[in-house]
Amino acid sequence: MKWLGLAPFALYVLLFLGLPTVLAIGTGFFDADGRPTLSNLAVLLEPNIQQTFWASLWVSALTAVLGAVLGALTCYALLGARPGGALRRAVDAAASVLAQFGGVMLAFAFIATIGIQGVITVLLREQFGVDIFASGVWLYQLPGLILPYLYFQVPLMVIVFLPAMLGLRREWAEATASLGGGSLTYWVRVAGPILAPSFLGSLLLLFANAFSSYATAAALISQGAQIVPLQIRAALIAETGASRANTAGALALGMLLVMLVVMLAYSALQRRAARWQA
Amino acid sequence: MNGALRGVPGRPVPWLRRAILVGICGLFLVPIVSMLWFTFRLQGGGIGIDHWAALFNPENERAYRNLVAGILNSLLLAVLTVAIVWALFLPTIVLVHLRFPRLARVFELLTVLPIAIPAIVLVVGLAPLYRGIVGVFGGGIWTLAFAYGVLVLPFAYRAIASDLQGMHAATLAEAARSLGASWFTVLVRVIAPGLRPGLTSATLITAAVVLGEFTVSSLLNRVTMQVALVEVSKSDPYAAVITSLLSLVIVFALLFLFASFDSRLGLRGRMERRRPGRAAPHASQHRRAKNEEKEVSTDG
Repeated sequence: MKWLGLAPFALYVLLFLGLPTVLAIGTGFFDADGRPTLSNLAVLLEPNIQQTFWASLWVSALTAVLGAVLGALTCYALLGARPGGALRRAVDAAASVLAQFGGVMLAFAFIATIGIQGVITVLLREQFGVDIFASGVWLYQLPGLILPYLYFQVPLMVIVFLPAMLGLRREWAEATASLGGGSLTYWVRVAGPILAPSFLGSLLLLFANAFSSYATAAALISQGAQIVPLQIRAALIAETGASRANTAGALALGMLLVMLVVMLAYSALQRRAARWQA
Repeated sequence: MNGALRGVPGRPVPWLRRAILVGICGLFLVPIVSMLWFTFRLQGGGIGIDHWAALFNPENERAYRNLVAGILNSLLLAVLTVAIVWALFLPTIVLVHLRFPRLARVFELLTVLPIAIPAIVLVVGLAPLYRGIVGVFGGGIWTLAFAYGVLVLPFAYRAIASDLQGMHAATLAEAARSLGASWFTVLVRVIAPGLRPGLTSATLITAAVVLGEFTVSSLLNRVTMQVALVEVSKSDPYAAVITSLLSLVIVFALLFLFASFDSRLGLRGRMERRRPGRAAPHASQHRRAKNEEKEVSTDG
């Protein structure tokens, strides 16, 4: 009887999280006729698929590192802001909008800004004679993802890292000061090591976020499949029938393996960070 | 005033702080301002409001019918997903917290899964599942809310759980039970009022995530706002940019206003002040709020 209260939620999670996950991985192990096979997994060894995985990995890594550094700087600057004050509320709201709502619309923002007819593109071309696309239109290619991705990575960093930053106790800074340490000593020898696990954890979260991101890339890149999620799109909407759905399953498995490694590292770092939050 | 010159230890140097804020805010405003400028630029050169007028001209209703349908579908899905959060997630989170504390670790891990399993992976499995669902319930847009509930679970859980820990829910529930209250009364009249800030933010984030969702709806061939936007952008980029700009600004304004409303009511602040000088042992949220309060007092 006692357990009955958990039944609706358990049923829901099984149906809409458990079952789809099992189906997603499972389809990778069957052929188009429903016979079990391992041949779909061979797709993960194809050179062009491996290249897409590398592309996904380095775009995620690059935007995670840049996003984490810029985001941490923003958090640092927000330390003095009054909680509940207009600045904090505005930053919180903007971060939520960009990190959790933006997606497709961020692609349009950058098409309007640095697209072929974008405001900045035209401004640079007509006023300064600089053609940002002199060596080809990179916005709709892999490098074009970097700026739009940063536009949601930095806000996500602010969301996940600000609590750790605010958890720094005044006493630690005061103790450093009373022992003759300056601001630099405090940040490098005291606050830095305390924040390091949280920072690395947030960095991994940003990496996972970029790696699994689909909407911005899908709206920006209509031709080709430069990152893994776009490969899955290509496999899912292929006209050629069910065999490609099994390819999508194999690609999904590859993505999940990467995510598993990242999340395991993340939880290890979280345990370390928790030491200073008790 | 040597202290003022050297600054407060552990606090950013004012000029550096301002420089970073101005720099980052400036960079982040460039695309937004560009969007606005973009919508005023006319094809033959020059500036005008023609693109805006075209979008809101009733004569063009047919051209934007899909976009309107997508927006309405997304709003419906937002309401339904919020209903799932309130009616299913909230009672379960409270139940686990109060009656199954030993499950808390497993439960928390479960709520992280939708982040660890990317939506683009989930959709590979949702596609066959939804073929079955369409067979049973038909192709109505509302069934998508079930998939969306999973996507918002991590955000909803975090917002609700942190408040639950902060308010000493177990003690309150015990007190109410010992006075003869039923579990339903405990949930609705004791727990829910204390969770107001967390529930508000869970609701807002849920709505924001659902209205911005593209991955699942586009690959399951459902017309939501984002799917319609991408469709419209192919023939009419101005309509897509105007709609994007408006929705970004509107959602920002809503989040900002709700935060202002919340801080004016000062729920968190008041709860802190009731227990002066005593740190809640298990609630990092509390200590954080307290730290922030201390910072306020030294601000002036």
